[in-house]
Amino acid sequence: MILGIDVGGTHTDAVVISDHQIQSKAKVLTDAGNIMGSLIEATEAVMRDIDPAALRRVVLSTTISTNAIVQGKTEAVGIIAAAGPGLPPALISPRAETRFVSGYINHRGLEAAPIDEGEIRRCAREFKEGGIAYAGVVGKFSTRNPSHELKIRDLITDGFRHISLGHRLSGHLNFPRRLATTYLNSAIWGLYENFVRAVTAFVERQGIKVPIYILKADGGTIEIGRSVDYPVQTILSGPAASIMGILSMTGGRDDAVALDIGGTTTDIALFADGVPLLEALGVTIEGHKTLIRGLRTRSIGVGGDSAVRLDGGRLEVGPRREGPAAALGGPCPTPTDAMIVLGLTDIGDRQKARHSLEPLAAALGCAVEEAARAVFGETVRRIAEAVRSFTEEINNRPVYTIHEMLEGKKIEPRIVYVVGGPAQGLAPALGKALECPYHIPENAEVANAVGAALARTTAEVTILADTERRFLTVGEMGLQMEIPGRFSKEDAIRIGRERLKETALAMGASEDELEMETVEEQEFNMVRDFYTAGKNIRVKVQIKPGLISPLGG
Amino acid sequence: MKKRKKTGLIFFPAFDWAISPTHPEREERLLYTQDQVFEEGLMDFDNIVEYKPGLATVEDINRVHVCVPDARRVITESHLISAGGAITAAKKVLEGEVDNAFALVRPPGHHAMRIVHGARGFCNINIEAIMIEYIRRHYGIKRIAIVDTDCHHGDGTQDIYWHDPNTLFISMHQDGRTLYPGSGFVDEFGGPNAVGMTVNIPLPPRTSDEGFLYALENVVLPILEEFKPELVINSAGQDNHYSDPITNMRFSAQGYAVLNDRLSPHIAVLEGGYSIEKALPYVNVGIILAMAGLDYSAVREPDYNPAALQQSEAITTHIHRTVDEIMRRWYHRREIAEAFRGKARYLKRRRHIYYDTDGISEEQEETVRVCDDCGGLILIDSRADTGRRIFAVIVPGMACERCRKEGEVFFEEIGKGKYHQVFFQDRDRDVYLVK
Repeated sequence: MILGIDVGGTHTDAVVISDHQIQSKAKVLTDAGNIMGSLIEATEAVMRDIDPAALRRVVLSTTISTNAIVQGKTEAVGIIAAAGPGLPPALISPRAETRFVSGYINHRGLEAAPIDEGEIRRCAREFKEGGIAYAGVVGKFSTRNPSHELKIRDLITDGFRHISLGHRLSGHLNFPRRLATTYLNSAIWGLYENFVRAVTAFVERQGIKVPIYILKADGGTIEIGRSVDYPVQTILSGPAASIMGILSMTGGRDDAVALDIGGTTTDIALFADGVPLLEALGVTIEGHKTLIRGLRTRSIGVGGDSAVRLDGGRLEVGPRREGPAAALGGPCPTPTDAMIVLGLTDIGDRQKARHSLEPLAAALGCAVEEAARAVFGETVRRIAEAVRSFTEEINNRPVYTIHEMLEGKKIEPRIVYVVGGPAQGLAPALGKALECPYHIPENAEVANAVGAALARTTAEVTILADTERRFLTVGEMGLQMEIPGRFSKEDAIRIGRERLKETALAMGASEDELEMETVEEQEFNMVRDFYTAGKNIRVKVQIKPGLISPLGG
Repeated sequence: MKKRKKTGLIFFPAFDWAISPTHPEREERLLYTQDQVFEEGLMDFDNIVEYKPGLATVEDINRVHVCVPDARRVITESHLISAGGAITAAKKVLEGEVDNAFALVRPPGHHAMRIVHGARGFCNINIEAIMIEYIRRHYGIKRIAIVDTDCHHGDGTQDIYWHDPNTLFISMHQDGRTLYPGSGFVDEFGGPNAVGMTVNIPLPPRTSDEGFLYALENVVLPILEEFKPELVINSAGQDNHYSDPITNMRFSAQGYAVLNDRLSPHIAVLEGGYSIEKALPYVNVGIILAMAGLDYSAVREPDYNPAALQQSEAITTHIHRTVDEIMRRWYHRREIAEAFRGKARYLKRRRHIYYDTDGISEEQEETVRVCDDCGGLILIDSRADTGRRIFAVIVPGMACERCRKEGEVFFEEIGKGKYHQVFFQDRDRDVYLVK
């Protein structure tokens, strides 16, 4: 038996799942000022008739980290950056107190210039004198060689509540994003740690003695104790929960598109052979481009409550929401009102809906029904167009080999899943516009909680092996080890899988859900002075987002 | 603060293509460049947009080259992507999506001449020329300048545009006495119908930033100013770098960035550059920043030491003399043209062309009609030691009626005889015939 909870911006949903079935579900309003309270309320509601001893695991998706960043409830952070030449600091512009210090690592992972210990101690002292309690250490190419970051951490270790290291947060290359990610991790660490302590205490009081997991932005889970040092991984878990929920309710193995149509926006996600797509580098939050692995979604300002108006004779739907649909007492016509007039949905006051569309019909010189059809058509067209441009953008992403250029996978959605308030009314027309069948999953109103409940642990490990230097680096683990001169790509993949398994188990995965795959494997002959000097091997292995078990039909 | 420009980047490192496993033109070539560009986060700038290359077609190649026996037989897929990447860069600029674009693609192309029997200087087909003729065909642009800053003389591009009065080709390179392909001297100054439209700036070994920028300021920019091109293309080879293993120059990443900044090309296309670890990562970051109008002043190689790279007095003097000689020719180009043409109706040149990459020798006789109204009809008799002998009738772009008519008649009347194939190419009408 699994308990899944999603603390969303408006509602907190909870479900208990057993034998692939939803045993019980609950929905309460989220109290933004007291997330813990909402969590407790939903849990108590859903567990009313359930024996806590029957629980096997608890998974939580929360907006705590996202809110902290969005609402600026962050701590001051001092960042020490060993950037070396390249982009000038003014172009990197991190939003933290940042000191660019001497010393850097080059693209091969070799020290190009040493750090200056005195300078680093001085920076740390100034931070502390300025009352800064959280620090971050970020080096250029630190994923290739973490030694500078580790050395700097050791030099400043006393006196900070927490120090985040850039290389631990992602194996990807991108120094400005590494800075932003490290900054955010430190900036929300204190708040998040408090939250984890509160949850752990609550769960203990409830007599629940099973592992507790937190949902990450990539739709994977991490054991709560382990998550304390990586709070930034838990941002934007809400959209991830929704996508994993849709996945669990459909169990598709095809290319598909999922639409979550809300009041103000529609969120679009794509599945390639049934697997949700990830952002190439990482998610963006409040203008911070990060290296946080996250599900790739596109949000457009069209929803059931979008304000409809005429702009120079052109019908505009959204992006603003002025209030609920006119049928429910809102100030202006909306797509929902159009659907009520057309008999596609049956909520609110039909007369008010008609009435709201009358000025529009008059301006267009047509009957109210026809105006409603125009509004409905425009809503469908906007969403379908966004789906097509999103798909096209993904299919046109740059590739770097001839093989991928000529044989690369193209996504062609074969089914559209629709959830959200206006789903029933819009889905048939959207299916038609996208030329594929549609499906509205059952229990979609608790999709987020179900998604959280059934998500498996995800992880990624990046390996760079350099047989000329006889060194191997595991980026995210900050690990460097010697390798023999005769070392192959297969050896690198084997080590990658071992380390991935180790990482995933430490994050709380169970042995039977370790579905590992190699997402990148490249091997280059390194030629120096016309002779082969060694091999440069690059491997990335991951456990992709997926479900521990699907929901039964 | 400089004005930011919107820059398109077409990055195609062809990580699965090599001439041979240890060849300089191998899979590893742009690996560290990719690392550096990604680590600096350049793709995250709002004004830098990455595009996937399109694929060039055989028709695009046949608009420029005569490939023997045919285009498919002398190229691989990677050449279509490389040329396609250059075309994508051009499209994005000409359709106004970006202000300028950089095709960071391989394999290179500037040693590929008009007739192609195989690969020379690591090049099979000339990707800039294919791009330029695509531009002319689809966007109707006439006056185009190519500035080739690769360390090796761009002899292929020179050959293709030798007779074209609408294409200015300027190459600055290590002099031909000391480096492949052994050409690109000051007196190579364009064919009889295009005198001065080929400008060569041979620089002595160990020329540093100072020398390159002097040549830029005193030859390239003044000539461009006078020519007034609608479009400036940079063949952006990166082997003038002080660490390049197969050349002898002392140019730096800063130098490359400054050069690009001052030249401000609409489109840059990568050519050579084989210091893959010590130069290319930094040179390319510098060029991308310069094109985007971003501050590149902090870009430098880990081992950069300007004092040690300083060029000697003797080199400075030598360069000044070369520059003076080039400009003297430029200002007297009309007199030079008259002397060159005399009263001839047709002029011939005979050449031996060696394809070092494929080990093929070609004997070529090229005849051009002396013409005041266009680049002139070109007739080529080419025999390679592969056993193939071909004849080609080339009607130039923007051809006059007379040259076109003569070409058409010539092609109609010529029998195959001793030739394996006879080709007819008419760029304006996009006609390519083989008999």
